[in-house]
Amino acid sequence: MTKYDAIIVGGGHNGLVCAAYLAKAGKSVLVLEKRHVLGGAAVSEELYPGFTFSVASYVVSLFRPHIIRELELAKHGYEVIPMDCTFTPSLNGDPGLARWADASLTRREVSRFSRKDAEVYGEFAIAMTAISKFTKDVIDYPAPDITSYHPRELKNLMRLGEAVKKLGPEMMHLNTKLLTMSAVDFLSMWFESERLLAPMSVSGIIGTFQGVRSPGTAYVLLHHYMGELDGAYRSWGFSKGGTGGISMACARAAESFGAEIRTEAGVESIKMKNGRAIGVVLENGDEIEAKIVVSNADPNRTMLGMVGERNLPEDYVIGLKRFKYRGSSGKVNLALDGLPDFACRPGFGGHLKGDITIAPSINYLEKAYDDAKYGNFSEHPFIDCVIPTLTDPSLAPPGKHIMSCFVQYAPYHLKEGADTWPGRREEFGDTVVNTLAEYMPNLKDLILYRQVLTPWDLEKTFGLTEGNIFQGELSLEQLLFQRPVAGWSSYQTPIKDLWLCGSGTHPGGGIIGSGGELSARTILRSRAI
Amino acid sequence: MPLPSPFFERTSALCKSMSYKEWSGYYAVKAYETVYVPEYFAFRHSAGLLDVTPLFKYAVTGKDAASFLARVMVRNIHKLKVGRVSYLCWCDDEGKVIDDGTVMHISEEEFFVTSADPSYLWLKRFTRGYDVEVVDVTDTICGLALQGPMSREILRKCTDYDMDQLKFFGITEAKIGNFDVRISRTGYTGDLGYEIWTENKNALKLWDIIMDAGKDYDILPAGLDALDITRIEAGLILKGADYYNASHVLIEDRKVSPYELGLGWTVNLDREPFNGQAALMKEKEEGSTWGTVGLDISWPELETVYAKYGLPPEVLGEAWRTSIPVYANDDHYKQIGYATSGTWSPTLKKNIAIAILKTPHNEIGSQLQFEITVEHTRHLVSAEVCKTQFFNPERKRSNPGLEEK
Repeated sequence: MTKYDAIIVGGGHNGLVCAAYLAKAGKSVLVLEKRHVLGGAAVSEELYPGFTFSVASYVVSLFRPHIIRELELAKHGYEVIPMDCTFTPSLNGDPGLARWADASLTRREVSRFSRKDAEVYGEFAIAMTAISKFTKDVIDYPAPDITSYHPRELKNLMRLGEAVKKLGPEMMHLNTKLLTMSAVDFLSMWFESERLLAPMSVSGIIGTFQGVRSPGTAYVLLHHYMGELDGAYRSWGFSKGGTGGISMACARAAESFGAEIRTEAGVESIKMKNGRAIGVVLENGDEIEAKIVVSNADPNRTMLGMVGERNLPEDYVIGLKRFKYRGSSGKVNLALDGLPDFACRPGFGGHLKGDITIAPSINYLEKAYDDAKYGNFSEHPFIDCVIPTLTDPSLAPPGKHIMSCFVQYAPYHLKEGADTWPGRREEFGDTVVNTLAEYMPNLKDLILYRQVLTPWDLEKTFGLTEGNIFQGELSLEQLLFQRPVAGWSSYQTPIKDLWLCGSGTHPGGGIIGSGGELSARTILRSRAI
Repeated sequence: MPLPSPFFERTSALCKSMSYKEWSGYYAVKAYETVYVPEYFAFRHSAGLLDVTPLFKYAVTGKDAASFLARVMVRNIHKLKVGRVSYLCWCDDEGKVIDDGTVMHISEEEFFVTSADPSYLWLKRFTRGYDVEVVDVTDTICGLALQGPMSREILRKCTDYDMDQLKFFGITEAKIGNFDVRISRTGYTGDLGYEIWTENKNALKLWDIIMDAGKDYDILPAGLDALDITRIEAGLILKGADYYNASHVLIEDRKVSPYELGLGWTVNLDREPFNGQAALMKEKEEGSTWGTVGLDISWPELETVYAKYGLPPEVLGEAWRTSIPVYANDDHYKQIGYATSGTWSPTLKKNIAIAILKTPHNEIGSQLQFEITVEHTRHLVSAEVCKTQFFNPERKRSNPGLEEK
């Protein structure tokens, strides 16, 4: 039996990126994916004949440009097409608010609700771009260990300090506010109109069990703002062929460097000897050995599931159990017979091509959160829709469309228990479709197929604990040197030769690739292989 | 998509080149024909008619309108008499320029402000405590610039108002056809010229009356390409080309002060507090790091460089606005600044540019080295520092009718 240098547990995009970097460094790497498709939550599947869905994650912005370059992903099929518009439809008798790449047009749209907001938009963009310069220093390096005097950690901390210093006094102050304030309060420092505040603030709650008025959500806002496409900050785009296209590009890159990838090869447990990881045991009983094991699965599933509590130190287990997952979102994927039509802005137009955000007011969003707080899914949820077929016609037959709907809140822990989700799945799906149909009266007649993913389904299908799309909430206390457990933020675990590389590690979730890249760099530097 | 201005029905019918650009959210004609030259010469020899609707426009009214504007602008608006226009800029607290534009004093408590950037938010920030109202009239008031030596004669035929009464940088209410207009003797060409402002609903009538009256004076509709050459000849700076709005930049180095921009003459320091006052006082005392000047780029040297390749000197078809480095005369490796826009001046027969240079290299008469690219190869040619106002004809300020009377 061949002994690999590294086994990667899970073929999500971070696992594949990690595999590619390790293979590029000349290591023998095996990626094991439980499902029949690669990509984890960045996956494209033909759920209905002729229709290819981005089943879970659906847009991309954060993926690090240097990873694209270093892994030559463009050569391997990485193609991202920027979105031009964010549209927030209205039921108030006005045409809603569409925000475009065209600054003058956006100014006109916003000035319908507030002339001040229309003009402050540019200043806000400058501030966010300035702050994003700093986040680059945060996300492109392993989190510094603030308790260590190791020269490397001190250097890392110094670099961070310098990055903060470089921001200048104004941005340093703003950064502090960003880390502590709620999304709504933070945005209200610039904007006054709810019609703008509501759709802008939702970036602060995505994937978290918080409301737009909860302190700390401003940071999550930034997490969604720090991406860049072709050097343009804050722009989001569609991956050609669905988000699985990105994973496939990573997989091809990994293979080009010599990595081996197996699907339908679920890992049952980490094989250990004398407290070290020496390989994996597959669900079919096969055992494969390697010098190290890197898990793309979330910390909970890896450590409590595949290693087992009994093999772990007590304080680490406590830390892991305190790490919050509590998934708060679901997904509804629709195959459509034609294009939906908005009552407030009828007909075909660019507003259909980008993000479509159901976020009519701050109170609407806050009430949606209220439902979740008490163990129900939102009666009137926040929904973020995209129709990727208007940008990438290869996803569906001509004239047919896909509508991908991200829905929040759908708390994993329903009042009656998480396991009651299967019984309420279709009810949840109906709520989403009914909400959307208020804005798009023809929607129901167009639906050819519907897939409803509750947090319970996200857990069962993608192995995301409690259905959290980021492998753990992106709240300040779960970031940087505390992700996933304080003292264990540099991709290592208490089990020697067992590493983590998924979104549950620094810098966190989204199709970003950093976990994969930084873990690989850390592994290679540590000379573990 | 940009919007059509209220004149679009006329301008688009005449725009045979189909050459437009986006100007503050509006379609603006670049050149009506594929060659802009006739339009340029119309500005300088007859009259050119340019749609300036995309300028941002604000009505500032109220008891404290003058005090408020004096607080925001670098000029002491209290000294601006009714019927007069002031060209000026406005700054942030650090004395860095936000935008430049004009303030027109319409009546005791009414002003009309134009700007290059949206300025409603900036103005509104300082209305606290003043009895003043700021209304954005950008989309309700349209404007035409009629510029050139014949512009006065053309307007005489359009209005009963005695055009001889309107002096350089004056503004008046008048009637053209049967509707109200405001005529200001202002413009962006550095020539005799006027800007006519009216409500959008009168746009097409206004266009037709002026074009009709201008027929005997060889009027031509003119686009932004021709305008760009005239404004560089006149040494008029352009936000976005020669400088950035200080509230829209990521780094301090991109901010400029009025003194550095050559707008020091618009600053009135000794008066009630205004935005940027302290910083500007300090700069005035200590001197500025940069200065905006004109460059007269040596034609003989240009000819010599081209001759090396067996070429006659080539003149670029239109004004340029790419940043070009300039070097010290005694050290060709030492960059002392950069040119921001430039053009061949068909009137002055000179190759001219607007440049921002480090002190003391910006002293008038200094020599420096300007970079040109000929046959894909970089060369340096000499240039002389001069005033930005390359072209300043007497007719711009002339009042022949008044003098006769």
